[in-house]
Amino acid sequence: MSTAATAAAQTVRLTAGRSRERNVGSLVFLGLLWFSLFFGVMVLVVLIIDTMLKGSVRFDSDLLFSYESSLNPESTGFRAGILGSLWLMVTTAVMAVPLGIAAAVYLEEFSNSRRWYNRIIEVNLQNLAAVPSIVYGLLAVAVMALFGFQQKNIVLGGAIALALLILPVVIITSREALRAVPREIRDGSLALGATQWQTTWRQTLPSAIPGIATGTILGLSRAIGEAAPLLLLGLGAVRFDPEGVLSRVTALPIQIYRLSTQSQVAFQEAASAGIIVLLVMILLLNGVAIFIRNKFQRSW
Amino acid sequence: MASATSADTFPQMGSLGDVHMSGERRLPASPVNPVMETRDLNVFYGDFHAVHDVNLSYGRHEITAMIGPSGCGKSTVLRCLNRMNDLVASARVEGEVLYHGQDVYEKSVDPIAVRTHIGMVFQKPNPFPKSIYDNIAYGPRVTGMKVDNMDDLVEEALRGAALWDEVKDKLKQSAYGLSGGQQQRLCIARTIATRPDVILMDEPCSALDPIATARVEDLMLELRNEYTIIVVTHNMQQAARVSDRTAFFTARPDETTGNRTGLLVEYDLTSTIFSNPNDKRTEDYISGRFG
Ligand SMILES: Nc1ncnc2c1ncn2[C@@H]1O[C@H](COP(=O)(O)OP(=O)(O)OP(=O)(O)O)[C@@H](O)[C@H]1O
Ligand SMILES: [Mg+2]
Repeated sequence: MSTAATAAAQTVRLTAGRSRERNVGSLVFLGLLWFSLFFGVMVLVVLIIDTMLKGSVRFDSDLLFSYESSLNPESTGFRAGILGSLWLMVTTAVMAVPLGIAAAVYLEEFSNSRRWYNRIIEVNLQNLAAVPSIVYGLLAVAVMALFGFQQKNIVLGGAIALALLILPVVIITSREALRAVPREIRDGSLALGATQWQTTWRQTLPSAIPGIATGTILGLSRAIGEAAPLLLLGLGAVRFDPEGVLSRVTALPIQIYRLSTQSQVAFQEAASAGIIVLLVMILLLNGVAIFIRNKFQRSW
Repeated sequence: MASATSADTFPQMGSLGDVHMSGERRLPASPVNPVMETRDLNVFYGDFHAVHDVNLSYGRHEITAMIGPSGCGKSTVLRCLNRMNDLVASARVEGEVLYHGQDVYEKSVDPIAVRTHIGMVFQKPNPFPKSIYDNIAYGPRVTGMKVDNMDDLVEEALRGAALWDEVKDKLKQSAYGLSGGQQQRLCIARTIATRPDVILMDEPCSALDPIATARVEDLMLELRNEYTIIVVTHNMQQAARVSDRTAFFTARPDETTGNRTGLLVEYDLTSTIFSNPNDKRTEDYISGRFG
């Protein structure tokens, strides 16, 4: 047979018949995957649309700028909750970020992972990230009692609970960001006579900052939606703006929770509108995280 | 700087057999006043015996090449010389590594100080994610070197690495914008900016194309006038082209465990190693008959 004929025969064999990619089994499986995806997304979309429709009557300025009011359900607002949540977020970040980064730097750059105590920390860190948030509320109550605070429903108390809550997440994502900095960069720095400390400060940490920032913000966006630990601390209705870390405070999820347990329709509508406000805040936070990641992302 | 390799530095050896002629270079059969020496160097990674009893001396203003099959411990030996192996938690070093007669593994010795005297260039170019200028200035800054004018130092280092003309207009740009070969020369410039005594190079050209390789080789020959260079290479021609002395390593499997422990087979003038080696294994390796 000539080579041309062989080539032709092979070409025929390549194109003839149905592709194995498209047999019945694969198609059924593909269909299942699609259905799962569709189901997951659909539930979410329906939920959001339903909430938006319910809350749409309350998309007004009172929603954002008024305090909670039981006398005028139609004009009750989330001013205290929004400001409270912002105060809580900032205070939480101030507490959790330095601690989390420091812990991550120790674990990644300085600890000897073969020491038993470092291994225990390692294992516990993974578990801590999975602890129910209400446990951190209990912990915060204990800490506040330890420091002798009579009133625990203040910015500081809430922030302690939320900081404890997101600390494992911050540590884990910061470690991942540090680990993503190539070994070669550290070696290069050390081989020039830099100390471990200089190498960490001047090379590793700066290179890891975008990853750390992204992880931290994602942690914060989890914390902003938390109600359980804050309820445990006794956060409730507040009709003034927080003025400092020792000021009494409420949070957006707390307000939503309180309103949604009321029977009046106007309160239900306000709760739905509040959920949308919360969603927007979370979306903004995630947007910032994505922006940072894309802007500063480095491929090694 | 006076070249210690000029003929009058070394008394004329008796017979011609003792003297190696490489261009204008005449070298004694073994390094006189070596800059570095390893004595009975053994390295372990955990229980694994990676390198067995290496005795080597590295001559001043010479280029010493270390060759041998993969896994025979060349990098391991090299990384012992400036204590980079300290960074591997499982690594344990026995024996002595002498730098001007001082054991760098002695308790009182600060590994940071060792590395300021003994610089290192790695296999893969590893510039810092900073500007070209900051890459060079980094070493002098972290080591607290007294620098009158950093701009001058940066220029000097880049000229020393034959990179100045290519980058002088973009010093503030990221080093990541350079080609691989330029990045490697930047790493060499970065190393000489801290004014080391010895420069270790671990397969410095293995990630480079032939033209970039030739440039780095030229650079090594130039740097030899001021520095002592120890280079690991897989490229036999490279060892033959640039080095004054060559150490050939191989790995021998342990009878009981089957672990392959690296050892030094032969160490001699490069011309001898490549023309009439003493050991059958060396001959087989350099003639490409090695498995
Ligand atoms: N960090 C480490 N931990 C454990 N074993 C190691 C480590 N580094 C090297 N080894 C082992 O030590 C031996 C020598 O390795 P080394 O890297 O020195 O070889 P090499 O001669 O440089 O090889 P190559 O030519 O491939 O670079 C190898 O068997 C290797 O597996
Ligand atoms: Mg190697």
